[in-house]
Amino acid sequence: MKKISFKAIIALLGTSFLLTACLKDLDRSPKYGLNAATVYSDPNNYINVLAKLYAGYSITGNQGPAGDPDISGIDEGFSAYVRVLWNLQELPTDEAVCGWDDPGIPELNFMTWNSVSPFVVAMYNRIFYQIPLCNEFLRYSTDEWMNSKGFSEADKARIRGYANEARFIRALSYYHAMDLFGNVPFVTEENKPGAALPQQISRLELFNFIEAELKAIEGNMQAPRFEYGRADKAAVQALLAKLYLNAEVYTGTPRYSDCITYSNLVIASGYSLEPDYKHLFLADNHTSPEIIFPITYDGMNTRTYGGTTFLVHAAISDSMRPYSQFGTNGGWNGLRTTRALYDKFAADTSDERNTFWTRGHTLDISRVAGRPFEGYGITKWRNVRRDGGPGNDPTRNFVDTDFPMFRLADIYLTYAEATVRGGAGGDAAQALNYVNQLRNRADIAPEAGPLTLDKILDERARELYWEGHRRTDLIRHGKFTGGSYVWPWKGGDSSGVSVPDYLKIYPLPAADLVANPNLRQNTGY
Amino acid sequence: MKQNYLAKMLLAFLAVLVWLPALAQTGTITGTVMDTKQQPIIGAAVVVKGTTLGGASDVNGKFRIEGVKPGNVVVQASYLGYRSKTANVTVEAGKTASTIIALEEDVQMLEEAVVIGYGTTQTRDLTGSVTAIPTKSFQQGNFSTPEQMVVGKTPGVRITSNSGAPGAGSTIRIRGGTSLNASNEPLIVLDGVPLEGTGGIAGAGSALSLINPDDIETFTILKDASAAAIYGSRGANGVIIITTKKGKGGDRLRVEVSNGLSVKQVTKTVDMLTADELRAVIEEKGTPGMKTLIAQGTSNTDWQREIYQPGITNNLNIGFSGGIKNLPYRLNFERFDEQGILRTGKLERTGATLNLNPTLLNNRLKVDATARYFNVQNRFADQGAIGGAVTFDPTRPVTIDTGFYNSRYGGYFEWLLPNGNPVLLAPKNPMSVLNQREDVSNVNRFVGNVQLDYNITEVPGLRAVLNLGGDFSNSSGTVFVDSSSAGAYIRRGVNNQYEQQKGSRVMDAYLNYKRDWALHGLDLTGGYSYQYWRTQSPAFPDLSLRGDTISPAAPFPFDEDNALISFYGRAIYKYLDKYLLTATLRADGSSRFNPDGRWGYFPSVAFAWRMMDEDYFRQFKKLSNLKLRLSWGVTGQQDGIANYSYIPNYFRGTPTAQYQFGNGFVPVLRPAGYDANLKWETTMSYNGGIDFGFFNNRLYGTIDLYYKKTSDLLAVIPVAAGTNFSNQVLTNVGEMSNRGAEVSLSWVAIDNKTTNLEFGANVTYNINRIDKLSIIDDPNNPGILTGGIAGGIGNTIQIHSVGFTRAIFYTRTQEYDENGKPIEGKYTDYNGDGIINEKDLVRWKAGPDPTTLFGFYGNGRYKRWNSGFSLRAERGHYIYNNVRSNLGQFRNISGLGYINNIHSDYLNSQFANLQVLSDYYLENANYLRLDNLFIGYNVGQLSKYVNMRVTAMIQNVLVITKYSGIDPEVFGGIDNNIYPRPRVYTVNMNFTF
Repeated sequence: MKKISFKAIIALLGTSFLLTACLKDLDRSPKYGLNAATVYSDPNNYINVLAKLYAGYSITGNQGPAGDPDISGIDEGFSAYVRVLWNLQELPTDEAVCGWDDPGIPELNFMTWNSVSPFVVAMYNRIFYQIPLCNEFLRYSTDEWMNSKGFSEADKARIRGYANEARFIRALSYYHAMDLFGNVPFVTEENKPGAALPQQISRLELFNFIEAELKAIEGNMQAPRFEYGRADKAAVQALLAKLYLNAEVYTGTPRYSDCITYSNLVIASGYSLEPDYKHLFLADNHTSPEIIFPITYDGMNTRTYGGTTFLVHAAISDSMRPYSQFGTNGGWNGLRTTRALYDKFAADTSDERNTFWTRGHTLDISRVAGRPFEGYGITKWRNVRRDGGPGNDPTRNFVDTDFPMFRLADIYLTYAEATVRGGAGGDAAQALNYVNQLRNRADIAPEAGPLTLDKILDERARELYWEGHRRTDLIRHGKFTGGSYVWPWKGGDSSGVSVPDYLKIYPLPAADLVANPNLRQNTGY
Repeated sequence: MKQNYLAKMLLAFLAVLVWLPALAQTGTITGTVMDTKQQPIIGAAVVVKGTTLGGASDVNGKFRIEGVKPGNVVVQASYLGYRSKTANVTVEAGKTASTIIALEEDVQMLEEAVVIGYGTTQTRDLTGSVTAIPTKSFQQGNFSTPEQMVVGKTPGVRITSNSGAPGAGSTIRIRGGTSLNASNEPLIVLDGVPLEGTGGIAGAGSALSLINPDDIETFTILKDASAAAIYGSRGANGVIIITTKKGKGGDRLRVEVSNGLSVKQVTKTVDMLTADELRAVIEEKGTPGMKTLIAQGTSNTDWQREIYQPGITNNLNIGFSGGIKNLPYRLNFERFDEQGILRTGKLERTGATLNLNPTLLNNRLKVDATARYFNVQNRFADQGAIGGAVTFDPTRPVTIDTGFYNSRYGGYFEWLLPNGNPVLLAPKNPMSVLNQREDVSNVNRFVGNVQLDYNITEVPGLRAVLNLGGDFSNSSGTVFVDSSSAGAYIRRGVNNQYEQQKGSRVMDAYLNYKRDWALHGLDLTGGYSYQYWRTQSPAFPDLSLRGDTISPAAPFPFDEDNALISFYGRAIYKYLDKYLLTATLRADGSSRFNPDGRWGYFPSVAFAWRMMDEDYFRQFKKLSNLKLRLSWGVTGQQDGIANYSYIPNYFRGTPTAQYQFGNGFVPVLRPAGYDANLKWETTMSYNGGIDFGFFNNRLYGTIDLYYKKTSDLLAVIPVAAGTNFSNQVLTNVGEMSNRGAEVSLSWVAIDNKTTNLEFGANVTYNINRIDKLSIIDDPNNPGILTGGIAGGIGNTIQIHSVGFTRAIFYTRTQEYDENGKPIEGKYTDYNGDGIINEKDLVRWKAGPDPTTLFGFYGNGRYKRWNSGFSLRAERGHYIYNNVRSNLGQFRNISGLGYINNIHSDYLNSQFANLQVLSDYYLENANYLRLDNLFIGYNVGQLSKYVNMRVTAMIQNVLVITKYSGIDPEVFGGIDNNIYPRPRVYTVNMNFTF
């Protein structure tokens, strides 16, 4: 009896052991998730990853508008790619100030940023979020991988097309890196996650890489506007045109002739000016014939607190009633402009591109922070349709308006500027014609000519203000730093002061210098 | 069978060794050890005093000792939980003498039995730092969560209630906590079932909030690594073992009914401007917008009075215990109703606990089965109303009885645009926030276990124990917000729901071999443990009240699981009952880690010396106990690490995070940042302690010194740009240490038939220091910013820095004028560059964690009266008063379509704008709190069958502090409008039948 019960206990223990002891129980994987191996085993998943590569510009994480961020250490909406790009390109210029005193904003208004300024860090982190994602996608889009998975020829062809788009997205982010930060860490699909620390690439070498990449994919890209929202051949050519326009800044060597060549290619791609300038920035601007490459937003499906949701809301002050004219539920009392931009419209205030809001506001800004009615408002970005109705989101929080990264008017002015700067193949009369097409659309008198660089810079201000180009333009014209051109609050002074040249590129974040000893800080920081 | 044989061989071998020389002219003693009910006691140690001879009783209580020298000898039998007893025996050479020794249960001793992981031991045999808190030492009161009963009762343990909300739970830190990013919560084991740690249960305040405090018999706190290492990877933050009340047997049915009734009171509110003060400020300095708005406000509303109520709590327990034949049982019913002090909030808990602990198979199999079931119905008050009431314009009324307000906003005053819609950024009427929202949850939870403890009589002292347990909960909840609520006006109300199923299963099987010989004692435990957790939660859309989709449901439900498999062993060796050595080893395998780094090994060794049993110390007559303890061990930490996080996972986005291609929207698929080599945090701990007693243990206590060093500290750090799928990744990078001392002292001042007076005091001193935080040291890098605050977006007030306590305050140094008033915007420019920026931030002299904790309590009894108090203090830390910093400036009044009230600190600072980084807002957080005061009267027999006791008590009686905010007890050091902890008055009546 004793022995039997003893055996019974051992047997019971043994059984429970077997039932549960299986050490394989420790191998667990997400029930609804995928990992690198499984995602890329199914050709149908590729388009979803591609969508993420694009969405990395638009939204901030996997949960719209917020809650599952791509990058951390900063408020999610604050860190959205287009929002920080816009802040870095506009707030230190004559076109905009932001009246919030959240960390990072005063530094941009007053050009006192440093290597820990939150928006500088956020821009860098967004860029280097996009690039490894593209690299990963490219690692799994090789013929070798696809053959090993037995994809059909049709799938392989489709995915090769996606891979070209991924290379464009990577080149665009590297272009932003080169323009904003100069000398940055460099990784391609050869650098696997967690492997050796990246090496630093010089601005010149990075220029060459971007140029080579864009030229390599140019011929394989799909025809212009093959599908809205996606990068096509014209997007690649537009980026090349912008690259060459600024080549002298990046490399010391002018490339205005190449700029003209690629501007012409874009212009010949079938785009046309949007007849009404104001329609370019509305909730249904995806129907515009002028937009070459948009970053898209949708009040229901693509939600963020960055991007155009920010551009529309932050520009609205409490004086700018009724909110229904903007298709929102209110305003954030943040962005305004300076007298310098207003003065560029002084010659002809009937210019249709004039979107200043003056009621309840003053023209001059006695203090930037906390005075939402000092400085005129800008009503360019709105969440209403051409027919006047609001965007899709019934709560009016999230806007539908897309952000035109490249549009035809910019390329017209690019052509004109490269021509004035003496690029081969440019025609002065054609350049003037392009400028006057824009002025004609704006319902103002044509420019008699001859065009000068100053005239083109001012025309760019009137045409492209608040679209994220201004800092690059001022640098190219030698007016961003130094004292040759000052505007209210440049350098933190209410009437503007000279600032040192090292501010033409932003510093690398201190955190990355700690994490990667291969990096050297940009001069001056 | 093999073990049986081996053990016998070993025993025989030992016996031969010991007895051989004495074999010649000796006699034999046989006998039986039994209890007072004539039941045999198995495994009792029997020794012949003055010799090294001895043995243990077998399954029938019989023992046999050979080789005893002839003459009159004294035989002593002892067994855990019984008083040792001796018998005089006359031994003749070559003959066998016999005796019967009947042991009496030792109530005193029983209380000193201490549960340790996978077994029990006696206080006298402990080698580690273990504190057991029995029922009689619990705080008195009506508690919704049980950990509140032991606040301040033991050194080294800091329990901070999260808020005054019903069932809010607490943050528990044992010896400071060992982690920055992973969990710092101790492991809680309820009758052998580890309770769900991080994550909590949807719709319930905290995991412990569902356990009926009245069921609990003891809290045992394992503080050092020697004690906690048996829990391996989960022991780094200490372990709290909770044992519950069991059936005590006996034929008589005992019924106990107790009912506690409490009323709560808000003791302090935020010091905002009164309506008239606000009017005066605006009159003097206001913008035209402010003046227009304030002129319309003619009321005087104290919003902080409006939102609170005297919450009533009633707690009824009915317990039955007794035995049906050989089946001891305990059955308890509970009903707990608590109204929050914040209007609309309440918690209703109904629970039943059944415990059966029969002994079967001729006393060989002890069964201990417990099933507890709880149902909790919560209505959560929207705590946003607390902050809302602080800032809402006091010149406005709660309600406006006009047709427009009644139809549009349920009659509540709200800030409106000219078109009648609410102002987007304006605060919403706090009373509408409370009353127009119905957020209810219904949680069912079952926690149960069956423990089978089988005495393998073939090998005396060998037991096999199997414990099967589970913790399952099922919760659901709904949130309704009226479409006339201003906060949800644009979206037309809320009609949302959630559900969650959560479960953990545990199986423990171990063998224990425990034998005492005359000189040696051995207690070996070896076992296996398996635990599996799973949480499931379906996806629901976000809907307006009438069901329009605001955002659609996620495409997949939430469903995650993880498993932990462990092997563990412990050896306790005792020599001469004076020298004690404990060694443990646990191997844990966790599904959260890469297969290559999945297994962690956690050893510990401890030594104790019962110095009192040395002849030398016996000469000190006043000394009654002296024991030295030394321990070393390694424990780990895996809570707080996400499931599956070592895998390069891809996750799908929500339907609101799609991207437009053409005319359609494409769902996104994203790789997550990851560290494939993520592993355990490991904490190496050293502990040295002395237990002492004087005057026959009328004065007794312990002193412990410890040092804990965590390595492979998990920290979220920036990764080199371009190398991962996020800018920051959780990785093992740092080191952190805690060093400290603990002293506890108890004094039985008076103890006689009519009067008893006891006091206890404890002091804890803990210093936390971060030793390493990055892979590459960079002297220019100040550390990792942390401690996000309200006021602007992206501001932080603390920093993790190497060489400093974690989350030390990191602020600008405010400069003051000759009158001692802060000068707005003027800070010390440390680097003298003329700019105040992040380079002028400095670390404050202290962090948010107290360096010293004090507890002091007393209990007294005089005839039928009893009374007690409990005091607690913390010092050495600071609080950032975020209420004052965020609300105490002029700009906060706004005037952009609405008026906010501002903090009265404005009258001192006169700050126009936010100055949130100023050290002006740091305040000393030292405090002394009288937690508890009670008085009870034992009415005695009401009739033949009924006894009655009445107790009256006050919780949170008094706080003495310099801190200007509502309550200086703020975990984490940033005070941001917590739900105030009320003062609670309770009367408790207890009847026994």
